Amino acid sequence: MFLSMNWISDFVDLSGLDKKALIRNFTLSTAEVEDIIVKGENISGVVTARILSVENHPESKKLHLLKVDKGDEVVDIVCGAPNVREGMTVALATVGGQVGEITIAPRKLAGYTSYGMCCSEAELGISDDHSGLWELDGTLPLGADIKTIYDIDDIIFEVDNKSLTNRPDLWSHYGMAREFATLTDRPLKAPACVDVDGYKNLPAVAVDVKNTDLVWRYSAIKVENITRKISPVNMRIRLYYCGSRAINFLADLTNYVMMEIGQPMHAFDCAKVDKIEVQTFPEGRKFATLDGVERNIDENMLMITSGDEPVAIAGVMGGDASKIEDDTTSLLLESATFDGVSVRKTTTRLGLRTDASMRYEKMLDPELCRVATERLLALLFECDSGAKVISSFTDAYVKKYPTITLDFDKNYVNRYTGIDISNERIVKTLTGLGFGVKNNGDDFSVTVPSWRATKDVTIKADIIEEITRIYGYDNFEIKTSDSPLRPVRCEKRKSCEDRMKDVLVKNYRLHEVHSYIWSDSKKNAELGIETPDNVKVINAQTPDHAYLRRSMIPTLLSFVKENKSYADSFGIFEIGHTVEGLRPDGTCNEQNKLGVVLYSKTEDEETLFLRARDIAAELIADILHKEPVFTSADAAYGYEHPVNTFAVLAGDVLVGTLAVVHPTVLSNVDKKCAVAFFEISTEAFAAVESGALKYREPSKFPEIDIDVTFTADLAALVFENVKCTAKASAGALLSDVKVADVYTADGVSALTLRFSFVSDERTLTKQELTPVVDKLTADLSACGLTLKA
Amino acid sequence: MKERIEELEALFEKALSEATDAAALENLRVEYLGKKGHVAELMKGLRDAQDKKAAGQLINVFKCGVESRIEEATEAMKQAQINARIRNAKKYNPTLAREREFGSYHPITLATREVEDVFISMGFTIENYNEIVDDYQCFEALNIPKHHPARDMQDTYYLDNGQLLKTHTSAAQNYIMKKYGAPLRAIFPGRCFRNESTDACHENTFFQMEGMMIDENISISNLIYFMKTMLSEVFKRDVKVRLRPGFFPFVEPGFELDINCEICGGEGCPSCKNSGWLELCPCGMIHPNVLREGGIDTEKYTGFAFGLGLTRLAMMKYGVKDIRDFNSGNLKSLSQFKSI
Repeated sequence: MFLSMNWISDFVDLSGLDKKALIRNFTLSTAEVEDIIVKGENISGVVTARILSVENHPESKKLHLLKVDKGDEVVDIVCGAPNVREGMTVALATVGGQVGEITIAPRKLAGYTSYGMCCSEAELGISDDHSGLWELDGTLPLGADIKTIYDIDDIIFEVDNKSLTNRPDLWSHYGMAREFATLTDRPLKAPACVDVDGYKNLPAVAVDVKNTDLVWRYSAIKVENITRKISPVNMRIRLYYCGSRAINFLADLTNYVMMEIGQPMHAFDCAKVDKIEVQTFPEGRKFATLDGVERNIDENMLMITSGDEPVAIAGVMGGDASKIEDDTTSLLLESATFDGVSVRKTTTRLGLRTDASMRYEKMLDPELCRVATERLLALLFECDSGAKVISSFTDAYVKKYPTITLDFDKNYVNRYTGIDISNERIVKTLTGLGFGVKNNGDDFSVTVPSWRATKDVTIKADIIEEITRIYGYDNFEIKTSDSPLRPVRCEKRKSCEDRMKDVLVKNYRLHEVHSYIWSDSKKNAELGIETPDNVKVINAQTPDHAYLRRSMIPTLLSFVKENKSYADSFGIFEIGHTVEGLRPDGTCNEQNKLGVVLYSKTEDEETLFLRARDIAAELIADILHKEPVFTSADAAYGYEHPVNTFAVLAGDVLVGTLAVVHPTVLSNVDKKCAVAFFEISTEAFAAVESGALKYREPSKFPEIDIDVTFTADLAALVFENVKCTAKASAGALLSDVKVADVYTADGVSALTLRFSFVSDERTLTKQELTPVVDKLTADLSACGLTLKA
Repeated sequence: MKERIEELEALFEKALSEATDAAALENLRVEYLGKKGHVAELMKGLRDAQDKKAAGQLINVFKCGVESRIEEATEAMKQAQINARIRNAKKYNPTLAREREFGSYHPITLATREVEDVFISMGFTIENYNEIVDDYQCFEALNIPKHHPARDMQDTYYLDNGQLLKTHTSAAQNYIMKKYGAPLRAIFPGRCFRNESTDACHENTFFQMEGMMIDENISISNLIYFMKTMLSEVFKRDVKVRLRPGFFPFVEPGFELDINCEICGGEGCPSCKNSGWLELCPCGMIHPNVLREGGIDTEKYTGFAFGLGLTRLAMMKYGVKDIRDFNSGNLKSLSQFKSI
């Protein structure tokens, strides 16, 4: 929204103050100013002048040679405007003057020298009309600086509409003036009005509000004998500077009052509309609005009708058939308050937002209806003295907002602000903003003015904002709190996830990535992965993104594919959220997961798989101090390998899946590569009770390692079982069993185990261990191990 | 005896000068000092000597001489070997080492950790929260009733089970208040979703960090202090902050917090739209309705809340120009965020 400082100055005297500084201060106290535009800055030396004679240029059809009287001198002007005419009063930019980018100097045009330039409105920046010269009032004295006659100089500032969402009162110059008056501590002047009580003996307008739930107030008044067609120049300039185009006097007048008072108004041609009903239609229908567009009206949209024929969409736009035309001389003036939510819904459905609807959406103060009418009449009479009111001010005041009174004390203000703002200051601020204030010692009782009471100020905390923003946040003393310190508990899942990231990045040099919470079915299809059914996003941007992801692995596989050229081998991981269908209560079964994918062009799949296994094992052993366990599992998803898919357990708690990729998917990732992955539920992981650190006094005696090689069906072997059997067989002397080597030669798979023995009491000898190892070897046959010959 | 010793001395010196390795020295030692060596032999001859004492002394001097000469020679030989190793050592070239691949954190992780560290040091707890929430948590509990214009500002992704993807981290406020009660200091980073089309400046999936502090006398003055301290720590400079009124239904008063523009130092530049200030984080005093929904006694407690755009912060900190890089999975950009 654009606002004019000239206009604001109608209501508060800001003379002697730095206006730009005031506007900047407005940002800090009220709402963000996005831009400050100085108007008229690049206009100088433009005077009133009269065209004395017009001669055709001998060689040009367009150009004319003029003699122009600029008061002190008659000058030669070469002019190309189509509407030049002898006797016309124009705005002449004189030599040495400035018009926009142009500095005026004697200039040769088609062989003749022009000593100045006659200007259009567009050239002077006061409208977008560049069809011809701006014709001035013939009674003006000649040679007068145009800027002393019209308000071309102005400072316009733009406020972000969004930052005024909660302030319906600021959608007007008068409302803005109230802020400036409070900020500068200067008095606010009321706009000139005509008291409509003076017309109460005239006949009423027929107004029938049928949908009382959607209307707060509907008022109307009729005026006739209006002869003026074009608005006064200064009014047109203000409208133009504030982003509106002048249309005709009556339309301009309603716009002007809306911008000044904040009340949208609609002028119907009284010849076409002389009675009003406010209602919805039970069935949809077509309706042409005054912008010439035919629109579909549905049964929820509140309409203004006249004799049950629609004439306007309430609060949005008037109808084409009843609009003000050039021959309109009488009007029926609507000044009404419609329900904000209803107007907003209507504009959304129609895809039509107007200056009026934007204001209604913010919940306008119904009290404005009468003030706006009274203001409009004052302006009308000022510009068109023949105009005559022919009805009473007919006022259907359906609902009123309750008066809000808020009680608080000084201590409340101190607690909220943390600083000491004096009672006098509180009273002055609130009074300036229009609040009724009763102050007794440290107690305050405040009545909220109607223009703030529609939704904006309803509780005590709202008063704090009024007091503090005017006080100025820059003036606040900055203080730490006096709250006692307490120990900080860190959530376990969060700390597990943080440590996982550290292990993966630092120890395994993996890269952390982020991907979307939804599956990408297009990318999945490229990989040959079927997107699993799941909870759907109703309004996904593309149907490909409709399903939420059940696992992070498919997206990570896509990332791997997209990064093939990054390196021959790399690994990526993501810690994020997935959804595994619904819980019994109907809510999403949201899970927190770690997904890790390793890729290599140079290493074989088994090596990569074992590295993935090592990483998973380290996370469990390092973070939880638990024994990592891997057991064969069925592939749950199509991209998991039917043979090489494993459950990952921390101790005896299932925490995830370790696998290599199904060959079909693998071939879609890359022609020749290996991919291994695991996914861990960080929630299940964090829920595992961490194992305690156990300390064992190291033996003073040396440890003896004995390697034994077995043949075995390696795939079927479960090392955990081997370990248990060995411990049971060898007893306390066996301190550890490790895999020393695994190999396959000539079709025979062999496994070398390293048994470590130690005693706390003495040095062991190989001889005494021989029978122990023999027994061990024999016992291990139960696990499928045969001593290799 | 004396002659014999002199003869042996001469022989020993000759042999010693000819010994070129440790084995030769060892042989020499055995030859002279061994059980059957020359010294033992001389000792045997002592029986026949006239002046046993003098002869004994001579032998002893000879023996000590041989011992120390061999020791010296051994030491010299070791030194010579080391010198030779040094002389022949291969010169290494550290400039030719092959670069090892480093792992990398996501830039959001780095930015989050930095902010978290500051708040942990000020006694705040960190809380994780769901990405999928109810209408109640996202709007209703935050004083955003149905038909409120604030719901227009946020184009929400709705799910077919009636839930939605959280549009702001504020959606966790209610949960956190109910979990901890008052007094409370917590931050909760999280991923948020808004249904908008993406370009270099807009993403439908982004990170925020919400923070709350509730206690008996929490004031606007405290809010400014904590924001200024946190941002100064994060940006590693004494940032200037300013508050402007801002409208958010879940705070009252609500503010937009700006920091002085780092790029131009407050002079005004294109990054700060010539204002010298950058809008960084909405904040405010928690609305009494929101406290009440969270089960907190509004007569006893007040509090502030803020929302920090972590994705935007990461963009500013690391100079990332295209917001889409964060979710791209592109290792050429992401692998640059090496450590913390």
